[in-house]
Amino acid sequence: MLEASQQQTLGVLLARHRSTPGGLLPLLHAVQEALGYVSADAVEDIARAFNLSRAEVHGVITYYHFFRSAPPGRCVVQVCRAESCKAVGGDALLAHAEAVLGCRSHHTRDDGAVTLEPVFCLGLCAMSPAILVDDRPHARMTPEKFDRLAARLEIAA
Amino acid sequence: MSVVRVYVPRDAAALAVGADDVASALRDALERRGAAVEIVRNGSRGLFWLEPLVEVETVRGRAAYGPVEVDDVESLIDGGLLEGGTHRLSRGLTEEIPYLARQERLTFARMGVIDPVSLDDYAAHDGWVGLRRALTMEPAALVDEVLQSGLRGRGGAAFPTGIKWKTVLATTAPQKYVACNADEGDSGTFSDRMTMEGDPFMLIEGMTIAGLAVGATKGYVYIRSEYPHAIATMNEAIARANAAGFLGDDLLGSGKAFHLETRKGAGSYVCGEETAMLESLEGKRGIVRAKPPLPAIEGLFGQPTVINNVISFASVPIIVAKGAAFYRDFGMGRSKGTLPFQLAGNIRQGGLVEKAFGITLRELLYDFGGGSASGRPIKAVQVGGPLGAYVPESQWDLPLDYEAYAAVGAVVGHGGLVVHDDTADMAQLARYAMEFCAIESCGKCTPCRIGSTRGVETIDRIVSPTTTHPREQQVHLLRDLCETMLYGSLCAMGGMTPYPVMSALNHYPHDFGIEPSLAPDVERDDASTQHKQPA
Repeated sequence: MLEASQQQTLGVLLARHRSTPGGLLPLLHAVQEALGYVSADAVEDIARAFNLSRAEVHGVITYYHFFRSAPPGRCVVQVCRAESCKAVGGDALLAHAEAVLGCRSHHTRDDGAVTLEPVFCLGLCAMSPAILVDDRPHARMTPEKFDRLAARLEIAA
Repeated sequence: MSVVRVYVPRDAAALAVGADDVASALRDALERRGAAVEIVRNGSRGLFWLEPLVEVETVRGRAAYGPVEVDDVESLIDGGLLEGGTHRLSRGLTEEIPYLARQERLTFARMGVIDPVSLDDYAAHDGWVGLRRALTMEPAALVDEVLQSGLRGRGGAAFPTGIKWKTVLATTAPQKYVACNADEGDSGTFSDRMTMEGDPFMLIEGMTIAGLAVGATKGYVYIRSEYPHAIATMNEAIARANAAGFLGDDLLGSGKAFHLETRKGAGSYVCGEETAMLESLEGKRGIVRAKPPLPAIEGLFGQPTVINNVISFASVPIIVAKGAAFYRDFGMGRSKGTLPFQLAGNIRQGGLVEKAFGITLRELLYDFGGGSASGRPIKAVQVGGPLGAYVPESQWDLPLDYEAYAAVGAVVGHGGLVVHDDTADMAQLARYAMEFCAIESCGKCTPCRIGSTRGVETIDRIVSPTTTHPREQQVHLLRDLCETMLYGSLCAMGGMTPYPVMSALNHYPHDFGIEPSLAPDVERDDASTQHKQPA
């Protein structure tokens, strides 16, 4: 069940986007931005507002990597796995991040402090390897720089 | 005392190495000293190995310093930064840095020069000249201008832009659309991102001209969610253009309308395929559509739609401003104009190099890129994104031209070059190409959805063969599988994944455990040149 405040937020966002052409993605982005994720409990209301089946809405949410069905950690760390970053140690950097954060890729740590995810290209390829931490880009990343960043953000395990 | 202009880029890549911190440190330090300065947050010049690149306006031109860290700020000012004084980080005048001076910047002429969201700056640097001329032209003449320029789709497929526009112009419909594909998911590419963050009015102008040319009054820019800064800058630029009459119901008092908005992608690579992008814009799963119908006839919401890449639209203002002949005079063969090449991966001087078609990979890698970042020999260069071939040294002297690359089973694509040194394991990179396809496949067609997973397994068995799965048999199987994907997939996702896989296998057989003497006939087995190219 959504909390009353979440339900109210959802109602406002549905009213704003339901008549937008192709409005389901903008709505899902708005919901995720406001609530942090798109709860399964929101699917029925979304489906009704957009005159879709719940299966269709579920299908859209789960098709896109960006949408979350569960709350993320308080800090989201995304490490690029694409070719340009691989060419300069991106795979080792992801392994290092897993060790430092005490969190496997694609997971949220048990204490809810951090979520670690792979990402496929941040467009910072001239200064690989790159990561994104809560929408802030960091490039020319090294294990040492990552350690300092993790310490500053207090997300190291 | 006159106010000195100091430039610190706001491009996401500059921010990623501390440009915001440098800008605020500069501001604080200069304020403490009572200096009269204006700090301008420009786009990036594209010389990324020098970022954060701080520039100062002097009587001789803009002086460059980089890469600047917060700790350098005091010593820079002590060394006479505001007069363009010399310092350990001095790079001379920006325009004279060879990397920049040797380029042919047409589309990227303003990049890093102006404040990206300043309408005054844009107008002062030849902005809106194309749009003003377009407003005086008949749609058919406008389409012809783009057709005559020889401009081909810069997203990678290289389809003539003018032909697309002509098709849409010829349709009759209650509503036509212009859709910009800014789902720049290819690793090693960032020219779309730079354009949206560094010169967004150019994209707005190009899309507006497209709308005038085909009779569309509504446009969308589909930007990937991995580009939050590009989305923010585009939204700000669109709002300012609307307020100033460059967008909206009455373009510059002409009575003609064009409305533009951004839409945010959601982390799906295949949405860079044009029909998957349309589905996503319609609020659905990004599943590829079968063609025909062509999007030019039945596109967004079933209406005729011009779909082009960011750089295609961004090339239009200068074509209309200076005429088709001006643009066509750059380039070679059927590849006209310029392409912003993007040097990425293991490269010493990574960045953006806009040059006419015909330059070679070797020139880009060494004359511009300065060799590998690691200092080790360069082994392979993946040209054209994750679906592009790995190009071995024997082909580095070919001209970068759509046809010349197609002839050797490679693609120019969106102009991204990812450099790998001799520590790269090409079998693992081939495996990664299949793995990426498996992760990102939309699932509509079988060769892509299932073939990619079988491809990962087959490459694993080639690398670690068993008596029941001997290497020779598995190589044969992989070739068969790639042929099925190449010819049987619905779009470039499955259809071009064989490019990196087969090029790695053919040019670097040793990495797969294959003795060179047993290596197959490269010419025969390269990816087909007749195959469709990516959207």
